Amino acid sequence: MATVDIDLPHVKDDDSHHHGPAKGLGRWLYTTNHKDIGSMYLIFSLCMFMIGGMMALVIRAELFQPGLQLVEPGFFNQMTTMHGLIMVFGAVMPAFVGLANWMVPLQIGAPDMALPRMNNWSFWILPFAFLILLSSLFMPGGGPNFGWTFYAPLSTTYAPDSVTFFIFGVHIMGASSIMGAINIIATILNMRAPGMTMMKLPLFVWTWLITAFLLIAVMPVLAGVVTMMLMDIHFGTSFFNAAGGGDPVLFQHIFWFFGHPEVYIMILPAFGIISEIIPTFARKRLFGYSSMVYAVASIALLSFVVWAHHMFTVGMPLVGEVFFMFATMLIAVPTGVKVFNWIATMFRGSMTFETPMLFALAFVVLFTLGGFSGLMLAIAPADFQYHDTYFVVAHFHYVLVPGAIFSIMAAAYYWLPKWTGHVLNETMGKTHFWLSFVGVNLTFFPMHFVGLAGMPRRIPDYALQFADFNSMASVGAFIFGFSQLVFIYNVVQNVRAGQKATDRVWEGAHGLEWTVPSPAPYHTFSTPPKID
Amino acid sequence: MTKAMVLALSLFVLPAKADWQVNMTQGVTELSREIFDLHMLIFWICVVIGVAVFGVMFYSIFKHRKSKGAVAEHWHENTTVEVIWTVVPFVILISMAVPATATLINMYDTSEADVDIQVTGYQWKWRYQYLNEDIDFFSNLSTPRDEINNVQVKNSNYLLEVDKPLVIPVNKKVRFLITSNDVIHSWWVPNFAVKKDAIPGFVNESWVRVEEPGIYRGQCTELCGKEHGFMPIVVEVKAEADYARWVADQKAMKLISAGAASQNYAVADLIAKGEGVYNAACAGCHQVNGQGMPGAFPAITASAIATGPIQKHLDIVLNGKAGTAMQAFKQQLSAVDLAAVVTFQRNGLGNSVGDSIQPSAVQQ
Amino acid sequence: MSNSTYYVPEQSKWPILASIALGLMAYGAAMTFNAMTADRESTGPFVLGGGFLILFYVIFGWFGQQIEEEAQGLHNAQLDGSYRQGMLWFIFSEVMFFAAFFGALFYVRVLSVPWIGGEGAKGVTNMLWDGFEATWPLLVTPDMKQFPGAKGVIDPWHLPLLNTALLITSSVTVTFAHHALKDNKRKALEFWMALTIILAAVFLYFQATEYHEAYAELGLTLESGIYGATFFMLTGFHGFHVLLGTVMLFTMLIRCFDGHFTPGNHFAFEAVCWYWHFVDVVWVGLFLFVYIL
Ligand code: HEA
Ligand code: HEA
Ligand code: HEC
Ligand code: CUA
Ligand SMILES: [Cu+2]
Repeated sequence: MATVDIDLPHVKDDDSHHHGPAKGLGRWLYTTNHKDIGSMYLIFSLCMFMIGGMMALVIRAELFQPGLQLVEPGFFNQMTTMHGLIMVFGAVMPAFVGLANWMVPLQIGAPDMALPRMNNWSFWILPFAFLILLSSLFMPGGGPNFGWTFYAPLSTTYAPDSVTFFIFGVHIMGASSIMGAINIIATILNMRAPGMTMMKLPLFVWTWLITAFLLIAVMPVLAGVVTMMLMDIHFGTSFFNAAGGGDPVLFQHIFWFFGHPEVYIMILPAFGIISEIIPTFARKRLFGYSSMVYAVASIALLSFVVWAHHMFTVGMPLVGEVFFMFATMLIAVPTGVKVFNWIATMFRGSMTFETPMLFALAFVVLFTLGGFSGLMLAIAPADFQYHDTYFVVAHFHYVLVPGAIFSIMAAAYYWLPKWTGHVLNETMGKTHFWLSFVGVNLTFFPMHFVGLAGMPRRIPDYALQFADFNSMASVGAFIFGFSQLVFIYNVVQNVRAGQKATDRVWEGAHGLEWTVPSPAPYHTFSTPPKID
Repeated sequence: MTKAMVLALSLFVLPAKADWQVNMTQGVTELSREIFDLHMLIFWICVVIGVAVFGVMFYSIFKHRKSKGAVAEHWHENTTVEVIWTVVPFVILISMAVPATATLINMYDTSEADVDIQVTGYQWKWRYQYLNEDIDFFSNLSTPRDEINNVQVKNSNYLLEVDKPLVIPVNKKVRFLITSNDVIHSWWVPNFAVKKDAIPGFVNESWVRVEEPGIYRGQCTELCGKEHGFMPIVVEVKAEADYARWVADQKAMKLISAGAASQNYAVADLIAKGEGVYNAACAGCHQVNGQGMPGAFPAITASAIATGPIQKHLDIVLNGKAGTAMQAFKQQLSAVDLAAVVTFQRNGLGNSVGDSIQPSAVQQ
Repeated sequence: MSNSTYYVPEQSKWPILASIALGLMAYGAAMTFNAMTADRESTGPFVLGGGFLILFYVIFGWFGQQIEEEAQGLHNAQLDGSYRQGMLWFIFSEVMFFAAFFGALFYVRVLSVPWIGGEGAKGVTNMLWDGFEATWPLLVTPDMKQFPGAKGVIDPWHLPLLNTALLITSSVTVTFAHHALKDNKRKALEFWMALTIILAAVFLYFQATEYHEAYAELGLTLESGIYGATFFMLTGFHGFHVLLGTVMLFTMLIRCFDGHFTPGNHFAFEAVCWYWHFVDVVWVGLFLFVYIL
């Protein structure tokens, strides 16, 4: 590993870390290296994905048949809540931050992140935050049971005591996200190699720049709203209580002002990843680079003015209803531009179908399906029938699982050779893909049907007419869940042994990250590369 | 991949079969049908766009693959197509927005109603108050616990049945004033296309004009705690004459129950009756065995209140405790039921205080 | 750019310690609050205190190391740029935090209170709150038993006006200090810094006086309904930020005395100035929307 020649001013007498990683646990606890931190984020995310996934399997097992079989309704609600929270904040977001840590410096020709020590801090807060969150499951009264959206007053006056732990857990987790995002912005704006102008940035970097902006804008709002909850619970304020002049719906407005941009935080980096992968395997430059950038920016800006589409049934005044409907529908335009650009990139390309490409193609199709159902939800009068049913659950799992999760999988298959220096086993990769593809659709497609037929979400038991589709979904969930073992096995094999990867890895790959050796040396670009 | 999609799409549009309903209910009101049409309109637009977009995509996947000798071309920009595929979706969206807005405006017109009903969500039941009549009752899930726990065979209305349905007249504009007593609930009857959140401290309005008599079922659709899955809604829509008879019956029943409250009951009878009341109204929180759920709901067994002075015990049952899940049962239960449940809690569930209270005492 | 090589800081124990501190503080605070509300004893305060101790250790250690490294000349222009970016975006996040509370204030004033009082789109709500009338400041709450409204509100034209003057002046004096630093006039720098801190301290003193008056005489408390709730959350968080800012200014003053900072290199000082201006701007918003209107 320690083969790069660099001559840095030596700090004190410890020069070992300039050439390679420190030894032992200390390497991970004290590290300032973006690659180490990236790896830690990714491993953490995988653990959380497993825990959140197990909770999903508990949900699906309970819903396999009508009647209560496995868990108490109270515990079921805790599972739903924790599943949502852990997947969103523990699995998807850290995975994207991990990818940003690994790839942003490599793609812009920077030696590391702009603020390496703060980078380590952002990561190490997470295990503590999630320990607090998970420990609440074992407290008297149980863990958070009010849904990942924690609407007041169910989450204030009527909440179990553990809600206070949840609140402080969210606070420090938010601090971690904000610091992580600041770091990424500072890196992108300040650390680019000479000649790397903004309009030359790889799209993954662009999408992360905008995502980071969203994070800094909305995570403090989440902190604000949980603070108001804390005050209502412990200090007698009446933010969410009409008896004192407040309003439970106020909670929802503030929450969704955070929450809607949050869902785009979980998809914009995915757009970036897909925009990297498709050109590589179509062997053709990305179609419409600049319109891609403008599309992402417009999605991000629009995301600030659509929040109340989650609240069409709360009894908003008519003008509000109409405004939020129109604004939401508008988002289909820039998103459509992205989809069309991907397809135009493939058109008259020279395509091959390695595992990352398979995941990327499935992303395009299935994310678009999820986008279509999103658009249906945006039609306010129709949303009166869809809202809080499994149709919504189907919508967001389509954009999140074959959306965000598939893009993360695609990124892992795409960049792992660069990280470890070994190529992954293609057969196993394809097996993983096809099992996941079938599993995901079997799980989430039937949810459209039960949703339209009238099955509410967040229920542990349901009427008989929903039985068949639910058992299908449960079978699919187990297929999808267990097929992830193939992935894990493949990665472990790859890290330990596996065929040596070339520097470029993929025939059609372009970009700075492919100019450094595989595995990427511990320190790269200590002397900035020149970009023309 | 395509096959799966075609299969999936065809499932979507198959005519609705009883157990395999795959589409939205058309419902029994003008509005619900309007919404259904809107839903189908958007659905088909999406299908068409999907077919076009994925068509091009799969065409390239099959034709422009390296294994077939395809060589990549070099263009990567074209302002004209980019403008086209920005403007066309925009126009399509406008064509959706127009009918949607019209429907929305109609939905929001709650004026000139014939019947006003206040609907209040409680953890986990609904209360219906007819504002122009003197009618006021609660509507609880009536599915036996044994069916839920898989001890007994489930009936066809499993989880969608209540002890006392809401009754409304056909072809009349009925206005619902929806609110809540504790957390947020949501009142939904798919056949009416009415879904409105019940917000504590605020009133939301909604309306319906049902065209066919019948029984329509729905559920609470906002997570409202442990038994959220167990708070169904049943609405019986009656012809006008039947409705008038029902209203008269309700008034008569009220007099009868007032008479029942002035009688004296044997303690054993109270305890026996109280057990039924307890299981129906209290066991959801305090549990059938009286152990409660530590941290959330206190145990009744050996509780200081349930074994202390009977007046304090009665007081918490009558008036609840503000700011907690323990609600006031004063209006929910009859004096007889209240006396029975209090007596039962003191002499059952492992308690043996020995005293009892009569309905007449509760009434004061 | 001049930097042909770039300084990546060496491994550090501070971040992991800081994470442990935050974890302990979060857990301890939750324990403490739960115990406080349930009125029982708990070890929470010790956990919380332990977290704070570690945090203070980290703050001193980390900043100390930072200052030392800078003194060794390890930092370069590019790192300075990163720090500037970091501080700017941090302040932006703070702005958004306040935005949430301002949003709540506007929402209750424009929508929820009038609705409860029977005005506007959801005016039917008034059927649940017979006799309630919407006013602002909300002295009579919908349910006076649960949330007894205040007897009166703070008069904006006394202490708050004075406080506005104090803070705006302090923003000016801190700018004078900055110019003095750039012109390498150390005595003037120290004078203006000291003056800024005095103004800040007086502000805080007045704010405390005002709170005392609110609680003791006006019955204006956190529990007095939504007016009190928004009033204290907004002014309270602002006051807390002023306190932090004052501590930061004080630290800068000490560093000035110690001869730190040069006309060309004083990012820490500048960051504190930015922060101080931010605190000042928030106050103007508060004065306008919380006190006057
Ligand atoms: C990654 C996450 C993600 C993404 C990307 C989206 C994308 C979208 N979402 Fe989704 N959404 C969620 C995650 C996401 N959502 C979650 C988690 C919830 C539930 C939260 C909860 O309650 O727990 C939710 C809920 C939700 C609701 C509330 C439903 C309800 O509770 O009743 C609505 C309503 O408008 C909505 C709309 C949309 C729209 C319009 C988009 C658009 O961005 C989609 C745009 C894309 C397309 C339209 C497809 C491609 C476009 C073309 C091919 C162009 C041509 C097309 C046309 C002109 C039709 N979403
Ligand atoms: C990115 C986010 C994300 C992801 C990836 C998922 C993934 C999954 N979710 Fe989702 N889900 C949400 C976000 C997400 N979810 C949110 C926000 C909600 C709303 C919560 C709320 O209402 O408050 C929700 C709610 C939700 C519900 C509705 C619950 C309810 O309303 O009561 C259901 C029901 O089926 C469900 C199922 C699943 C399943 C089967 C998966 C599967 O894809 C998971 C598969 C993964 C695994 C199984 C783990 C990996 C497996 C291994 C590592 C192998 C080892 C495994 C075994 C040995 C078993 N989820
Ligand atoms: C929605 C949940 C719920 C239901 C239903 C419910 N209770 Fe309760 N009950 C509570 C809660 C929560 C408390 C604790 C209140 C507190 O914090 O003091 C409580 C407290 C009590 C107490 C005092 C126990 C003690 O020692 O503090 C009694 C007695 C009681 N309930 C009786 C009843 C009866 C009788 C019924 C039915 C007719 C009933 N409850 C239904 C939630 C419920
Ligand atoms: Cu009531 Cu859900
Ligand atoms: Cu949204």
